[in-house]
Amino acid sequence: MLTAEEKHQIDHEISLVPAPKNACIEALKIVQHNYGWVSDESLKDVADYVGMSSAELDSVATFYNLIFRRPVGRHVILLCDSISCYVMGYDGIKEALHEKLNIQYGQTTADDRFTLLPNCCLGTCDCAPALMIDNDLYRNLTVEQLDEILNKYT
Amino acid sequence: MEKPLTQHIVPGRAPLSLKEYEKVGGYQSVRKILKEMTPQEVQALVKESDLKGRGGAGFNTGLKWSFVPMGPDAATPKYLVANADEMEPGTFKDRVLLEGNPHQLIEGMIVAAYAIQASISYVFLRWAYKVAAREITKAIQEAYDAGYLGQNILGSGFNLDMHLHTGVGRYMCGEETALLNALEGKRANPRAKPPFPQVSGLFGKPTIVNNVETLCCLPHIVNNGAEWFKKLGLTVDAGTKLFGVSGRVKTPGCWELPMGTTIREILEDYAGGMQDGYLFRGLLPGGASTDFLVEEHLDLPMDYPSIQAAGSRLGTGTMIIMDDQTCPVGFTLNLMHFFAQESCGFCTPCREGLPWVERILLAIDKGEGKPEHLLTLDFHTKYLGPGNTFCALAPGAMEPLQSALKYFREDFERHIHEHHCPWSKAKAWQPSI
Repeated sequence: MLTAEEKHQIDHEISLVPAPKNACIEALKIVQHNYGWVSDESLKDVADYVGMSSAELDSVATFYNLIFRRPVGRHVILLCDSISCYVMGYDGIKEALHEKLNIQYGQTTADDRFTLLPNCCLGTCDCAPALMIDNDLYRNLTVEQLDEILNKYT
Repeated sequence: MEKPLTQHIVPGRAPLSLKEYEKVGGYQSVRKILKEMTPQEVQALVKESDLKGRGGAGFNTGLKWSFVPMGPDAATPKYLVANADEMEPGTFKDRVLLEGNPHQLIEGMIVAAYAIQASISYVFLRWAYKVAAREITKAIQEAYDAGYLGQNILGSGFNLDMHLHTGVGRYMCGEETALLNALEGKRANPRAKPPFPQVSGLFGKPTIVNNVETLCCLPHIVNNGAEWFKKLGLTVDAGTKLFGVSGRVKTPGCWELPMGTTIREILEDYAGGMQDGYLFRGLLPGGASTDFLVEEHLDLPMDYPSIQAAGSRLGTGTMIIMDDQTCPVGFTLNLMHFFAQESCGFCTPCREGLPWVERILLAIDKGEGKPEHLLTLDFHTKYLGPGNTFCALAPGAMEPLQSALKYFREDFERHIHEHHCPWSKAKAWQPSI
């Protein structure tokens, strides 16, 4: 069930566009902001609210890299795997993260602390390699810095 | 050297507030056009200035605007969209402008919106630019409070609303018609053209999509004139350009320089040359979807015709350097993995062809390549080239591939003949998921 607050926020987005379904991506973002991901139940709630079928909304939701249709951990690590980071040592950072967290791409740690995902160019190529955790950007990464960075997130 | 776009940007310092921006001449262009110029005059001025789109296509901005229906019979509302979805790998120039001086972008957007008589505008920002999102939100509010946005701007009768829209991550959104689909809450597949967005764009209404850097040039063109702008360039192209360098150079970064500055000057004087122990092998001059250039091209000026004559494209003007310790096959594989992943899947050649290319490169990189693989790659560069796909994504992907096969073919052949990657230190690229 969408909460009153969620409906209120979605109504605002709907007021800015010609038809309610035009606000569907914004509505998905609102739900994901609250739960971390978009469950089948949430998807159906949003679809009903903006007047789309679940299948149609899922075709939109699954198109975008950052609408999560599976549960994620408390923090999402997005490691840039694009060309400048590749040249500047992405492989070493990736291996170190796999090892430290004991997870592969697409997986979540057993304690639900981190989900690790690859990500397209973060647009900070002069400071490669780079990653984002939640809203925080880390640049000029070295393997040695990773423990300190990861320790900030509980 | 004049640096109109970045003159008020100081790295590490918060961007100018609206009051501070006004003190250094900010929003003067808005006052000028609303008081002294018709929309058609603004269009003519920008066309005359020869400002070309800084997002990569390099089309004359004023000319692009001129296809928007004007006059009382034109459909309304019209829309202006700032394309701030910077996702081209190796590109980080719009971030500088978005984080460093958001009011300059808003001012440029008001100029563009007035020129086409748009009443609703969007900043389509990529999700990863969190600092930019915060600064733009603040700046838009300041602009509303000061009367530069909203109804009856500065008493002129011109109305403009502005909204920030953050995307949810897909390279396709950089393509203007796909961006419009994303704004409409749809999958970001590109649309068939015609109709062009100028006639039928966002929600079926006349729409212009301009790159952030393009829009940021506009206040300066209005204030200083078309001739001034043309003279900023050193060669045939007008204006300054944000040029960037990433890779194994001493001081990677982004600098505003005259259009037509040579590659060598950017690489050596600004990026500090190659890091010790690394040799230059090649570069992509303007993002992942541009052809490789090599040593013989270093004295070329970075302008649209010179780079095109050398077989590549100026693109976004942000170069990616390939050094001698990076495997050219691994480098190309990384690019093809990106394009295969970001293909929207709408048209068959792109959806099927790019993963095929990626698999072949992966086999070659692992030492499992066969001589005939190179021929398969060669024909893909033709079959996925211009005219054979629905949009420019796959042809863009083929640019670095075809030029890698041209300039680094021996390296590809060595992988195949020696059955392993000669760059022993460089690990094979492992595609993610």
